[in-house]
Formats: sequence, structure tokens, C-alpha cells
Amino acid sequence: MFPVAAEFLPIVRLSLVVSGTAVLISSSIGVPCGVWLGLSRWRGRRAIAVMIHTGMALPPVVIGLLLYLLLSRSGPLAFLGWLFTPEAMIAAQTILALPFVIGITVSSVAAVPTELGSQIKSLGASDWQCRWTILREARRGVWLAVAAAFGRSLSEVGAVLIVGGNIQGHTRVLTTAIILETSKGRFEFALALGAVLLLVALLVNALILRLQENRWVA
Amino acid sequence: MDRFRWTLIALLLIGGLPWASGCSQSAEPAGTVGTLTLATTTSTRDSGLLDVLVPLFETESGIDVKVVAVGSGQALELGRRGDADVLLTHAPAAEVQFMDDGHGDQRDPVMHNDFVLVGPETDPAEVGNETAAIEAFRRIAGSETPFISRGDDSGTHMKERSIWESAEVDPQGEWYVRAGASMAEALRMASEKRAYTLSDRGTFLAQRKRLDLAILFDGDPLLHNPYTVIVVRSEKHPDVNHDAAVQFSEFLRSPRVQTAIDEFGVERFGQPLFFSERSPASDD
Repeated sequence: MFPVAAEFLPIVRLSLVVSGTAVLISSSIGVPCGVWLGLSRWRGRRAIAVMIHTGMALPPVVIGLLLYLLLSRSGPLAFLGWLFTPEAMIAAQTILALPFVIGITVSSVAAVPTELGSQIKSLGASDWQCRWTILREARRGVWLAVAAAFGRSLSEVGAVLIVGGNIQGHTRVLTTAIILETSKGRFEFALALGAVLLLVALLVNALILRLQENRWVA
Repeated sequence: MDRFRWTLIALLLIGGLPWASGCSQSAEPAGTVGTLTLATTTSTRDSGLLDVLVPLFETESGIDVKVVAVGSGQALELGRRGDADVLLTHAPAAEVQFMDDGHGDQRDPVMHNDFVLVGPETDPAEVGNETAAIEAFRRIAGSETPFISRGDDSGTHMKERSIWESAEVDPQGEWYVRAGASMAEALRMASEKRAYTLSDRGTFLAQRKRLDLAILFDGDPLLHNPYTVIVVRSEKHPDVNHDAAVQFSEFLRSPRVQTAIDEFGVERFGQPLFFSERSPASDD
């Protein structure tokens, strides 16, 4: 049992590193974008919204393939030296998670009653104070956006397989390990990895729910 | 305050802790001295051979090897684009093309085994009595018995297509399944569907106890399966770790490692999965 655990741990750790970092980056870009989009009122907004929602349907393998071509030593971003590294996997998952963060943030910000904005403005709040207050009101939706981004990143396999290469001890994460073990016919091990994946998702989401209820955004 | 504690734990868990211990060691960019990217076929990985050879090379040379296991077609493409430093493949025709196109510096034989035609023990297409592989394939096509093709441009798939070609059969129809699967998956599919498939002997032996399949035809020289190591040419891609690639190529062909290849799998499977180029059996 113990050698198996030794095989598990680096894989679980890398899954958390890659998906966690991707969520941090996509959230720090996506939440401000979402708040701005959700509060602004201009003509092209609907078109942008459609594009963002389409982004939620981006097939991971296509993102993986495009990133591979960019990062390849024959590609324009070869100087980064990111191909077959965790950095490339983080980049792929950030791109995949970003539409979820923006899209859900936009919806939850837009759902805050518009009177709130005008009320606090009339009390003398600046634009930034106004945005901050509305973000606080919308925090449940924003945390949902973070949870969705994490779910998308953690369960995604196509992109990290292509840009990461599923290299043992280097770029192997839970999902690519499950693919590999399934293809080798080691179903028991693959199932165990699947259970670990679910457990990780459960723990992280419990944490996010806790944050949601603790009014942390304040 | 409760929320601060939770925030701290959350940040540590999601970002901080694993990052500190995990990413720093693997952040080294590909192509620096000390890292070697090996693109190879799935059969060498799935059989477990690389799990024996790669750690040995890493300890001796201090070079960190990154193994990317894909089909031979994709492995050669990775080499062509300069994304791998060294290749271990089994697709002679495509390898010759690769060398002719000037993508490789050197190409040397490492080991070989053979392909076997496997299927349900009852042998519904009666391939067992044939003496030539092309006749056996013709029988399968003639009786329209299900056949699983890898369909993934792997070395095995290229070999399978070349046999159909030699047999002058264009495999078409319900019975011919293009799977797009790895060797082990294709074998399992054949086992489930009571179909035939072409497999390298190594993967079949490694998977045998999970399968309801038997070797029904083998021994034709056409089914020879040579593995070669190719050092990717560094002139086109200066980032390629040429020195380490040459070192790895020499390592694979050293007498010690050749012996290790011959001994690999004997204990577990009762027979070797690969024969080195130095072994007595390589005369065929």
C-alpha cells in the first residue's frame, strides 16, 4: 500500500499546484474584468457576453493543440522553454478557466439591484468604493465563479496531456495518470486515482463554501 | 479572527504550500544542460522497460530524462519540430524518411522483437494454418472477421497498413475497426469484441493475463519489429540537447544495457519482451 501512496503524492501535489495556480491567475484577471463588464452599460456588451459564454465551451484539446504549436521549439513562443513543463499546463488551464470566472462574475454582479449603486453614489462614494460594495454584495456568485474555475481546471485532461506530455514525476497530474492507467488496463489504480480526484475537489469546494459564508471579501 | 484563519489556510492550500515544494524543482526549462527529452513509443513505456533503463541512465549521467510516450508517428513529429532531443521508435520506413529529410544526426538499432497476430482462441478465420502473414490477413478480410486497427499512426499501425498493402487488400467495412487506441487498449478491445489485432509481442505478453486472446500467427520475417534510437539534429534547433542525446544513444547500445534489455521481463513473463542487437537471437 505504501509504495502506491508514494506514487500518488507527487501526482496529487502537482494537480493542486497547477490547478490552484491557474485559478489564482484566472481569478485575479477574471474577477475585475467581470465586475467592470457587469457594471458597464454599452452596446457591444451582449456580443462580449456571447463570446465569453462560448469560451466556457472551449474544447480543452483544441487549447492544448494551439498552445503546443505556440510553445514548440518551432513556434513563436519557443524562447519561454515552457513545453512539457508545469508552466505550460498552468497557462492552458488559466485560458480554460478564465471564461468561467468572467462569465459567472458578470452575471452575479449584474444581479445586484441597480438602485444600490445609485444609492451609495448619492451618499458620496467614489466609483471604486461603489464597485467594491457591489462586489461584496455579489460575493456568493464570485466564489461560485472561483469554484467553477477550479472544477474546470482540476477535471480537464486534454490540454495538459498535450502541453505537459504526462511525464512521470514532472508533468503527470491526476487526470493524465487516470488516462494512462486506464490505457494500461490497471483499472483498480485508475479508479483509486479517480476517488482521490473527487476527494480533492470535495475538500477544496468545502473550503470555498466556508469562505463564501465567512463574508471574507469584505 | 475566524475568517482570517480560513483565508490563510485557503491561500496556503490552493497556492502556497504545494507551489513551494512542487514547482521549483520542475521549473527548469527544456533544453538546458541536465535535461533530456525522450520521445518514444507507448510499447517501451507500457512494457515497463523504460522504468528500468531511464533511472539507470539518470543516476549514471546526472541528466534528468523526461519521457514523452506517444505513437511513433507523433514521436517523429516531435523530433521534426525540435521538441524532443532523442527518439526511440519502431517505424523503419518513417524513420528513413525522417533521416532523409535531414532531421536526425544518427540512427542506430537498439533492439527488436516481433509482431504477432492475436485473436480469439477458436481462430474463426483459421489463420493458424497459414505460413505467410499476408495470407493470414487475407483470410481475415475474406471471412470479414472483426479486426481492430490501432488507427493512430503508431509504428504498429504503419506495419499493419503495410501488410494489408502487401496482401493487396483494402480493408473496408463493418469488420474493420479503426480504434485510435494505444496497444493495450486495442488488445482489450479485441478481447471484448472477439476480434483479431496485430500487436507487438512485448505488449501482448505484458497484458496477456487480462485478455481472452491467443497468438494465432507469428514467425513471418515480415513481422520483424526493430527499435532504433535517433539523435535529433541540432543544427535546425539549437535548443536541442545534443550532447545528452548522444550520451543516451551510446548508453542504450552499451554492452551492459544490451544485456539488461535481454534480461528484462524474463522473470515476470517467462520470456524476454525485447531482444538486444547483441543477443544471439538477432541473427534473423
